Order: sequence, then C-alpha cells, then structure tokens
Amino acid sequence: MRDSRPNRTLLQIGAIALALLFTTFVLLAAKAPPLAAYLNLGLGALGSWEVISNVLVSWVPLLLVTSGLLLTFTVGLWNIGIEGQITVGAIFSTWAFRLLLGSGMAPGLVILAAFLAGMLGGALWAMLAGALKTFGGVNEIFGGLGLNFVATALNLWLIFGPWKRPGVASMSGTVPFDPSLWLPTLNPQSRLSPIAVGIAVAAILVVYGMLRGTYFGLRLKAVGKNPRAAFLLGIPTWQYMMASFALCGLFAGLAGAVQVASVYHRLIPSISSGYGYMGLMVAMLVNYKAAIAAPVALFFAALNVGSIQLPIVLQLDSSLAGVLQGTLVLVVLLAQGARTRMLKKEGL
Amino acid sequence: MSGDIILIGLAGVLSSAAPIIFGVVGETISERAGVINLSMNGMILLTAMGGFAVSLATGSLILGFLAGAAIGALVALIVAFASITIKASQVAVGFVLALLCRDLSYFLGNPIMGEAGPRLPSASIPMLKDLPVIGALFFRQDLMTWLSFILILAAWFFIFRTRPGLVLRGIGEKPAAAYVRGANVNRLRYLYTVLGGAIAGLAGPIFSLSVKAGWKGTISGLDGIGWIVLAITIFGGWNPFKAAFGAYLFAFLQWLGLVLQPALPGLPSQVLQVAPFPLMILSLLLVNIGNAEWVELSLAHLPPRARRSISRLLRAMNATPPAALGTPFAKD
Repeated sequence: MRDSRPNRTLLQIGAIALALLFTTFVLLAAKAPPLAAYLNLGLGALGSWEVISNVLVSWVPLLLVTSGLLLTFTVGLWNIGIEGQITVGAIFSTWAFRLLLGSGMAPGLVILAAFLAGMLGGALWAMLAGALKTFGGVNEIFGGLGLNFVATALNLWLIFGPWKRPGVASMSGTVPFDPSLWLPTLNPQSRLSPIAVGIAVAAILVVYGMLRGTYFGLRLKAVGKNPRAAFLLGIPTWQYMMASFALCGLFAGLAGAVQVASVYHRLIPSISSGYGYMGLMVAMLVNYKAAIAAPVALFFAALNVGSIQLPIVLQLDSSLAGVLQGTLVLVVLLAQGARTRMLKKEGL
Repeated sequence: MSGDIILIGLAGVLSSAAPIIFGVVGETISERAGVINLSMNGMILLTAMGGFAVSLATGSLILGFLAGAAIGALVALIVAFASITIKASQVAVGFVLALLCRDLSYFLGNPIMGEAGPRLPSASIPMLKDLPVIGALFFRQDLMTWLSFILILAAWFFIFRTRPGLVLRGIGEKPAAAYVRGANVNRLRYLYTVLGGAIAGLAGPIFSLSVKAGWKGTISGLDGIGWIVLAITIFGGWNPFKAAFGAYLFAFLQWLGLVLQPALPGLPSQVLQVAPFPLMILSLLLVNIGNAEWVELSLAHLPPRARRSISRLLRAMNATPPAALGTPFAKD
C-alpha cells in the first residue's frame, strides 16, 4: 500500500525542493542574487496579462508534442527525432501557405490546408525514423538525432535558398504571410490564438482517451510492456510502433504548423525552439501519464517565458529555466527509481 | 588549390578530430562495460566551459584539462549511480543530463563569454617537423592531438589484448558469466563508466583551449558534437580503431564542407556543416541492416552464391553492440 497518493505527493514536493536548492546553489555560484532571480522568473511569467498570454502561446506547442510523445513512450520508443518532426511540419505548412497564397481560396481553408500539410510532414518525418528502426535496425535515438540535424539543414537551405526574402536572405526567415492568413488572435497585439489553444487541449484529451479507453491504446501498452509477448499474442508489433511514430509526428507537425500560422507567420531558422526536447522532459516528469501532462507543460512554459527577462534585468542567461527544469526531471527520475527499488526490496 | 593548403587542411582535420576521439573512446569504454552515457552532448559543453573557466582563472592549462576530466567523471558518476545502484532508465537520465549540463554551461559560462584565455601551443618537434608531408601532418600538432593518437592505440590494446580488457568486455557481454568467474560486475561498471566519463571529459577543454579556443556560449558551435560522438561510437562498432576512422571521416567531411563553401555560393554554411549527418545515418543503416530480420528472410530467396557474398558483405560492415548494453545486473 506504499503506492498511496500522499507518499507520491511528498516525493514530488521533495523533488521540487531539491531542484530549487540545486538551482539556488547554481545562482550563488554565478554570484547572482537567488531571491531576485526567482522573483523575476515569477514576474516574467505572471506579472502582466501580456506575459500570461505568452505563457499560453508557449504552452500550445509544448502540450502538442508532449501529447504525441506519450504515445511513442507508451509503445516503448524514444522519439528523440521530435525536434525534426516539428521542423518538417513547419516546412510543409509554410509550403502549403506559399502554394495557396495567391490562389484566391478562402483564408480559413488555406490555414486548414497548412495545418493538414504540417501534420503530414511531421508524420512522414517520424515514419522515416520508424522505418530506419524497423527495417534498418537503426536505433530510433540515433536515427532521430541524425534526422533532426537534416531537418535543420533543410530548413536553413529553404530560408536562405529557394524561399529567401527578395533581395536579402537572412536569419529573420521567409517573407511574412499576408495578415489575412494569420490565425485569428484574441486581440491585434496578442499572439495568443484561442483556436491554437483549443487544438492543444483537444490533442491531450484525444491521447488521454486513446490510452485509457481504446483497444488501440491497450495494444500500444502491451507492445510497450513486452513486445515479444505482444507479438506472440497476435499484435502486429512493428505496425503498432510505426503507427505510434506516425501519430507522434502528426502532433509534432501540428505544433510546427501552429508556430508558423499563429506565432511567427513565416518560417524561421529555429522554428522548433527546443519544444521537442522539452516535451520529452515533460513526458518523463509526468511518468508517461497523460492525466497531469497539461499542468506540468504549463509550468514548464511559464518557466520558459519567465526566464526571458532575466538577461535584461539581472544580466543572467535565460538558460536558468532549463537548469531548473532539468534538475527537477533528474531528481524525479532518481527518486522514482529509488522508490521502485525500495518497494521491490520490501516485497511489495 | 595548392598542395600546401591541402596538407595544412588535413593536419587541421587530425587536430579537430582529437576531441571527438577522446569522446568516442570514453563512450566506447563505458558502453563496453554495459552502460550508455547519453549525457555526452551536454557534458562536452560543460567541460568545455568549465575547463576554459578554470584555465582563465588560474592561468594553468593543466588545471583546465583536469577540471574537464573531473566534470566528465562526475557526470558519468551520476549516470552510473542512476543505472547501476538505482536501476533507473539509463537513457532517460542520460538525456536529461545532456540537456541540464548544456543549460548549466550556458548559464554559468555567461560572464566569461568571449573572453580571451590561454591556448594550448602547438608542440613542433624540431627535426621531424621539416620532413615532407608527414612533418606538416603529424609533427606540428599540439600535445592533445598526439595524445589522441596514443589514446586510440592504448584503448584498443587495453580492450582486446589485456586481461582486465577481457573482463571489461565480459561485464558488458555476459555479466552473469563474468560474475561467476569472480568479477565484481557492478563495481567494475562504476569504475569504467567514471573512467570513460573522465576521458570524454577532456573533449571539452580540447575544444575550448585548442581547437575552438574560448567560450562563446550558444554560438560556440559545440552543441551537437556530443550526439555525433554517440553516433560514431556505434559506427565504430565499439572498437577504438574503427571509431577513430569514423571521427576522422567526420572531421574530414566538415573540412570538405568549408573548402567547398566558396564553390557553392547559394548554400548557407550551416547546411554544409551538417553534411556529415545524412552520411552518418546511412552508415548506421549499413552497420545495422545485417541485424534486421527481413534482410535474412529476403536473402533466403536468393541463389546460394549471391546470398553468400551479400551476407559476407553485410557481416563485414556489421556491428553488434555489447549484449548487456543498457541492462542492469543483479546477482540473483
């Protein structure tokens, strides 16, 4: 009965305390005032309606990729190629925008087409990693990493080559789309689009439902727990792995499309912004369970946005958010491992 | 292009491959013992920043390199503790450390960004440096480049020609058998993971004190190297010689990218910088494809002679990981 909730909550509180302690040491080592740093982190995330809406803007892609990653983790795969899948999704959706720009199609339809194209691109890129794994025996971690770099190169080549701004090609990206093709936002100054938030919330609900209440989800879990046993029970193992790759890539591609359609309105060099790797951390932190993924992703997004003003106010690097996030995940992984070991020793 | 320029370029390839070789040999030792240290990418950044910071503060190059080795060993110790003692997922812990160490290096390295610091001098050998061709290639290098040559030989000799090396392979292949024969599997795994971390930890200072001297934060151009190190370890089939070949091939391709840059004006330099990656995937495909079931099945349909020559070719390229790689060992 050690698996009761209070015990787990205690573990989580302890992990947060330890992560804060370590980050405080890091701050002291950098000769920075810890309290002022945390205060600015908090103010940067919650201090005004503008930054709060920025947190939600950042929450959308993070929640989308986390949703997808829950599926690949369930089937026992480490989809580290998620960054590339976001990038290729963004490339495909930009491509759709460019194709349909002057077609006279209704803006809503163009945006829809761009979203579908993004999903297709992400899914294709994920299935490439899946095919390398299934048919080539290439571990998905290394295949995925390589494909991340390839996707980045493809993106840069498009921005500086075929899709460059007339006259100057620059790191600022491609020509922005016509405002009529921007995803509608709350108000003209905001980048927060209720539609994008709706998509992200729908995504995590779909994944939650899929893993909790469908035959497909059950089979994914079976493959993840023991692929050989699942295969012997008649589950087409590699097809399920490919399906989870494709679905994860679909969510990642959607995240890329959202970044293009509602945040940047163009393709930029660092379009994936590290959301893929951050999604992997969120998925690990929630122990691969969909139920609390949304609030944890929101917390990570808040840390990210909160850290943006650190360089301006305190001359500290904004990577402090990453230090705090990384320590938190590390402590939780270690604590969970230790807890499982202790439970086993007690024969529970 | 004149011969001299090519020669200087190739000498540069040998020295710029040095940090990759330290990383790859360190990872090879760790993985031979059965532990994947996936933190490499962040660890190299952290050791590069830490080594440079220590050298800058103390003015001592040696202390800088030692700091790198110590940081590498410490990060590896966390991986070892997580995977051996706690039996948490090695991949998960290593990945988080890769990100955490990267952010730590950017955060802590912020104040010393762009500062001019000490730099490892080249150590030419008086007579030999004037020899044609090999003089320029080998005898005008710095100390760490020479050590990288020695490291390849020493690691190979240790792994394949000594008694402890045999035990090292044993605890990664068949830990139960090694245990029965008297090897303390978990203690040795700790030892080799930490040793591998210390060796790989030198990679960072070699960058920040020699190959890409200084610390420039996110534009240091080091982010990504650690992932390449992990890929080359597989490409090298956990053999220091093959791994060194992979490292030189990678450095050569990057140099080729730079040389070809002026000839291809439409291409941004970042594109050529990543040119080795598709090749890396392709090579991983080649060394792994022999393990795939469908290859065996489809080979069965071929006439015997073709089958024999193809499977021989596949076996020649094939690399099989240590059998117990990534799995914890329990005595019972």
